[in-house]
Amino acid sequence: MIPDFLPALSRALGTAIPGLDRLENTMRLSGGASQETWSFDAIANGLSEPLILRRSPGGAPRGQGTGVNSVPLATEATVIEAARKTGVAAPRVRYVLAPDDEVGEGYVMDRLAGETLARRILRDEAFAGARPKLAYQCGEILARIHSVDTTSLASMLQAMDGAAQLKRYRDIYDAYDYPHPMFEFAFKWLEPRLAKSARRTLVHGDFRHGNLLISPNGVEAALDWELVHIGDPLEDIGWICTNSWRFGAAHKVVGGFGDLADLLAGYEAAGGAHIDPEDVRNWIVYGSLKWGIMCMTMYQAFLHSDHSVERAAIGRRSSETEIDLVNLILHGAM
Amino acid sequence: MMDQPAIRELVEAVRDFLENRAMPELKGHTAFHARVAANALGIVARELELAGAATAQEKERLKTLLGCDGTVEDMNRELCRRIRSSDLSLDAPGLADHLERTTRDKIAIDQPTYSGFKQAQLRGV
Repeated sequence: MIPDFLPALSRALGTAIPGLDRLENTMRLSGGASQETWSFDAIANGLSEPLILRRSPGGAPRGQGTGVNSVPLATEATVIEAARKTGVAAPRVRYVLAPDDEVGEGYVMDRLAGETLARRILRDEAFAGARPKLAYQCGEILARIHSVDTTSLASMLQAMDGAAQLKRYRDIYDAYDYPHPMFEFAFKWLEPRLAKSARRTLVHGDFRHGNLLISPNGVEAALDWELVHIGDPLEDIGWICTNSWRFGAAHKVVGGFGDLADLLAGYEAAGGAHIDPEDVRNWIVYGSLKWGIMCMTMYQAFLHSDHSVERAAIGRRSSETEIDLVNLILHGAM
Repeated sequence: MMDQPAIRELVEAVRDFLENRAMPELKGHTAFHARVAANALGIVARELELAGAATAQEKERLKTLLGCDGTVEDMNRELCRRIRSSDLSLDAPGLADHLERTTRDKIAIDQPTYSGFKQAQLRGV
């Protein structure tokens, strides 16, 4: 498929990629509500450079009213570059689109080799050697993300601490007006616990399977920074430990591949603070509650726009998070 | 009284058709959606079998917990209101037990193979 913006993109990249001859192998990788991702190769000086374009749908500005906390794509690019300078493994941003380019809002970055599908990472033989290292590496990467100097970024990012996060999902849940007593119980349980959170750092905001590029050598990069914000760093640690991201391997708390102790060891070794696993547990509870409410959001999408059986079925996954909340809150599980 | 087949048999027949006849001939995203559709019919079959007793028990527990009567939805709304307003504290007698039983009954219908449900089953009741 040749997209209509290809000639304009080729012109725009002329300065960023000296000797650029042409763009090849353009392929749409995904089309979400908040961005399109395109894969392509830039041929320059007889060499082929693998690249990715992240662009808002149809090139329009990323909507603020979509119910998601997405940052503009240009902000995403700025944050990725700031994180890379602090040593975070993330794809190098090659070019940020300008309005004159007429490609829309977005940026171009290096396309790195690796896998993002949890099923393959957790089960394929090719990743067997990497799996025991992944939790420690996630800890190292998170410590670096959380040490990024936010002085110059603060004005372009939302500050969302524990209390603000709860309020945000409380508002979404309230709007759906459908009773989930276990969610009410979890909100009430979390309020005093998350109110205590005092740490403020850069937070990736969606650090989990799908956004972690993993090769047989280990974690190659943290992708998809659209939910980046200033908040409690434990939010990132709790999210990758939420049972919904363990894909059936519940005993491996970190993403179904590793132990929390390994993640926390990597975190400290890379300069992160010492963290009490009980504090992480509070944020795992938050992660389950959040995903449960996101499942309710999928049902709303089914009701109002996307009538696919897939959307409908995800609505019935709220109860997965409710049993996780029972295990976590009522029985002290991890 | 409806004629045979029973609704449960009809659902099973459609599910069998999707899994064993349609899916082998489908590809890509459509094959994936057929799998999701077959799983959704699994939810329907389990709900037909289990929800009657589960909802009756849920209703009895709610009556005891709240000291009032109503539809199961109204009582769930009232339970939510009391938890939120702290009229019912998190350690109120019977609350945790009710939430766990209700949640177990729901997940047994929605996703009985879910890892979190297996953990709960290993723990026993």
